[in-house]
Amino acid sequence: MKKTFKIGGVHPHDNKISANAATEIFPAIETAYVSMAQHLGAPATPIVAVGDKVKVGQVIAEPAGFISGYVHSPVSGTVKAVAPRADIAGNMVMHVEITVEGDEWMEGIDTSDTIVKDIPYTPEEIIAKVKACGIVGLGGASFPTHVKLAPPKDKKAEALILNGTECEPYLTSDDRIMQERPEEILIGAAIMMKALGVTRGYVGIEENKPAAIAAMKAAAAAFPQIRVITLKKRYPQGGEKQLIDAVIGRQVPSGGLPIDTGAVVQNVATSLAVYEAVQKNKPLIDNVITVTGQCLERQRNFKVRIGTPMSKIIEEAGGMPLKAAKVISGGPMMGRAIANLDAATVKANGAILFLTEEQTRRKPESSCIRCAKCASACPMGLEPWLLNKLSRAGGRQAELEQERVYDCIECGCCSFTCPANIPLLDMIRSSKAEVMKIMRSRPKK
Amino acid sequence: MNKLIVSPSPHTHGRESTQSLMRDVLIALAPAMLVSVAVSGWSMLVLILVGAASCVLTEFLITKYLLKRPSTVSDLSAVVTGCLLALNLPPESPWWLILVGSIVAIGVAKMTFGGLGQNIFNPALVGRVFLLVSFPVLMTDWSDQGMFFGLGNVDAFSGATPLGAVKEALKNGATLSQISVDDLTFHQQFFLNIGGSAGELSALALILGFIYLLCRRVVKVTIPLAIFCTVFVVSGIFWLADPEHYTNPVFNVFTGGLLLGAFFMATDYVTSPMTTKGQIIFGIGIGLITVFVRYFGSYPEGVSFAILIMNCAVPLLNKYCKPRRFGEVKK
Amino acid sequence: MTGTILFTIACLVALGLLFAVVLYFVAQKFKVEEDPRIEIVEKILPGANCGGCGQAGCHAFAENVVKAPGMDGFFCPVGGNPVMTKVAEALGRAVEEKAPMVAVVRCNGTLANRARTNEYDGYASCKVMASLYAGDTGCKFGCLGKGDCEAACKFGAIKVDPAKGVAVVDENLCTACGACVKACPKGVIELRAKGLKNRRVYVSCINKDKGAVARKACGAACIGCGKCAKTCPFGAITVENNVAYIDFNVCKMCRKCVAECPTGAIHEVNFPPKPKPHEENV
Repeated sequence: MKKTFKIGGVHPHDNKISANAATEIFPAIETAYVSMAQHLGAPATPIVAVGDKVKVGQVIAEPAGFISGYVHSPVSGTVKAVAPRADIAGNMVMHVEITVEGDEWMEGIDTSDTIVKDIPYTPEEIIAKVKACGIVGLGGASFPTHVKLAPPKDKKAEALILNGTECEPYLTSDDRIMQERPEEILIGAAIMMKALGVTRGYVGIEENKPAAIAAMKAAAAAFPQIRVITLKKRYPQGGEKQLIDAVIGRQVPSGGLPIDTGAVVQNVATSLAVYEAVQKNKPLIDNVITVTGQCLERQRNFKVRIGTPMSKIIEEAGGMPLKAAKVISGGPMMGRAIANLDAATVKANGAILFLTEEQTRRKPESSCIRCAKCASACPMGLEPWLLNKLSRAGGRQAELEQERVYDCIECGCCSFTCPANIPLLDMIRSSKAEVMKIMRSRPKK
Repeated sequence: MNKLIVSPSPHTHGRESTQSLMRDVLIALAPAMLVSVAVSGWSMLVLILVGAASCVLTEFLITKYLLKRPSTVSDLSAVVTGCLLALNLPPESPWWLILVGSIVAIGVAKMTFGGLGQNIFNPALVGRVFLLVSFPVLMTDWSDQGMFFGLGNVDAFSGATPLGAVKEALKNGATLSQISVDDLTFHQQFFLNIGGSAGELSALALILGFIYLLCRRVVKVTIPLAIFCTVFVVSGIFWLADPEHYTNPVFNVFTGGLLLGAFFMATDYVTSPMTTKGQIIFGIGIGLITVFVRYFGSYPEGVSFAILIMNCAVPLLNKYCKPRRFGEVKK
Repeated sequence: MTGTILFTIACLVALGLLFAVVLYFVAQKFKVEEDPRIEIVEKILPGANCGGCGQAGCHAFAENVVKAPGMDGFFCPVGGNPVMTKVAEALGRAVEEKAPMVAVVRCNGTLANRARTNEYDGYASCKVMASLYAGDTGCKFGCLGKGDCEAACKFGAIKVDPAKGVAVVDENLCTACGACVKACPKGVIELRAKGLKNRRVYVSCINKDKGAVARKACGAACIGCGKCAKTCPFGAITVENNVAYIDFNVCKMCRKCVAECPTGAIHEVNFPPKPKPHEENV
């Protein structure tokens, strides 16, 4: 009986059509546009000026607060500009523009393929290295990893869970790295377990990735404290709270954080980045991006340096498919539709997905038939029909808080399921932000 | 190249639509409709067709010309109401009876509340109850179905439903052993042969339809299960206490349109509760009221009234029965 | 038979009388003592309960104005000066007449002026669209045209014109309650003085991008060139962040700025058409 989370969930077609596309190194680019907003929290502060020469892995920006991170140059060359540039949504964000010259790396970075197994560092040293290398959560949230590896004094970490579920349809970058570099991922897990002071580790992988499960299980033989767990294919199996529920059977309390259950969750790609940072001194400057879609002729998985314009990636993948009507950064359930194709990639970008008009055009909304399928689908046990109704009415923040709108994980199961094509999540997301703002502004008891 | 589409997530949608769900309900009703036409003949077919057509026409005219909104008939919910209403009437009913019923069902019970999704009461049942109260003779004339049962010592009531006959006989002072209800073998009840509204004719056909709905995940088994368990247990208690004056639980489950009501009317999305807890209470309530009306009320049959009464309780059930929350913090 | 009917009627009448007496005494006992002036003032107010005055409805306004020492800070935009004068009279106070205001949508980004660069397929709400991205045009400051203002207006005074794609105010219906100003996530709508003879001049743009960028996105954008500020004889215009702003308290409506503006970003409302030059020389 494969494990899974207890409440809600939907079954979109997994469309893993790019699963067999082995990771390719993306060809060298001419200009890198490195965003300062590579992570949740405050954008980093640039420390380079126009005309400076930089090498790969050199620090070009420093954290601007507690929830912030370092940013390193992904290329070697000359800084051309430090100026605002539009991101995928068209909003202006500070970028450092670097004209590429050669591919010279900083001294001390080990660029060889040798796998380094020993971990001779203390937990404090590990966390310092992770911070210095600018590691952020690569599952999409971009939460600075060094903050997650040092939970507050009153919360005790008991287990590390690696998220290898990749429950979003179409995405296969995690699948590829689990097949191609399983040992390094597990060493990364061991490093994080040492930093947290835990002795139990798990890797959760959905059953639709048999090759990845086999590879990880084989590599895990050398790591007795880490167990590979096969999970049922169900969306959102990879949601942090759902994953913890499935793997160790504990539910994050309503309004609480995952650390309240003693579990710390990290994506497998983050684990790989931690391995490279701690064992090879390599900062986070690249990531595997799946380029996919039925209308794309050839599916690809590229290892891309951050700061690469999306339009360049699309060009390399064969150009914009004729039938593509929407281009998404991420998967079809939680990804962000791209308005500006010239935007440059950031650390947590995991996919570029092309959807056709037929696949993505929303059907007209009709009246709610009170079928409650949205409530059955909600993995957090909320009632989306009610949250949507209250949101559209306006001025009902108190009731929305009572109905726990803050617990919404924005997974999209409700909108996906609604037979009347009501865009439930659109308004729920909006009132969630409003209510959380109100809650945060209250004086702490 | 066309402009890119930009929207909030999710960017894809499941396969279900209001229309596909209603279509599945129609397919589930098909066995029962086929059986009733096969047994009762052309008049039944006319009822079904007139029912569906008049419901659709009423909804179309009201939506388009009175409310001046785009027509909503393509979602097939009016067709479902029409078919359900037809299955609730005596097969020999005149065509104008169902026409009036349809106009009341759609016009009064559905459109006055605002259309699909806004009504409190099940439209087909409102139509049926309206007809029952306005045309009591027509609505209780079950003549000439070609097969009816013998009732032992009491005169055979050609034209009455089993429940009706039993109630009459009990009122006249007979006891159940005298009526020998056991003559109605389970075998007969299950496949065919009972006098009754068109929908009551075949339990098997209804069950098959319901299994189809379960497989297609259109409905959950919660409400019918709660109803059957309640009816079985409560009538069982009374029957055990006094088998001479109270009909046995199996008889109660399989007669009187309980199957049709539990499978297709009580599970109507709009008028039933939206959480599992609420649905269980809803089902228990329907079961209780059905049994009490059958045993102690003046009508032989209680399912329609039971469902309509519990429909009133649904907003309250929705308000106080909340779903199981993730990470419930136990105080 | 008749006996039964008479008896029933008598019973019901007696019950009715009994309940009436009980209710009367209960109402008297639990009556809330209130300053009688509050009810008088409340009757004068329009009763729209729109919150445009900043109070929680008309009753709250009446309560607070009676309690307050003066009339400062109290103005009902729906009733306007006539209502405020009556309220002041009822309370035996004096009140200053306020200049009537009207909502103004400061955006020229119509479908004709501002090209759409992508297609928004989400829920039709400006709030949702604004939090999602920079918009479906090259200008991230302008009106999104999804009608949050229209939904907020209790008087039907502001509507999104489908031909234009932006919101348009009907000044005859607008009460300047401010609901649309609060509802607009872009801050495009402003309450400005309605003006003498209902005439006003305003810069219909809030685009803070550099001139070239703004102009590329919208043909009638304010490019922050400053010609209007230089030409204004009364110093009513300031240019900040690449966009001009006319202070309606200083503006004397000479319209020199309208003629100077190279993009047509400045609007003049309700003025008679200027006579053509050659006609003057006849």
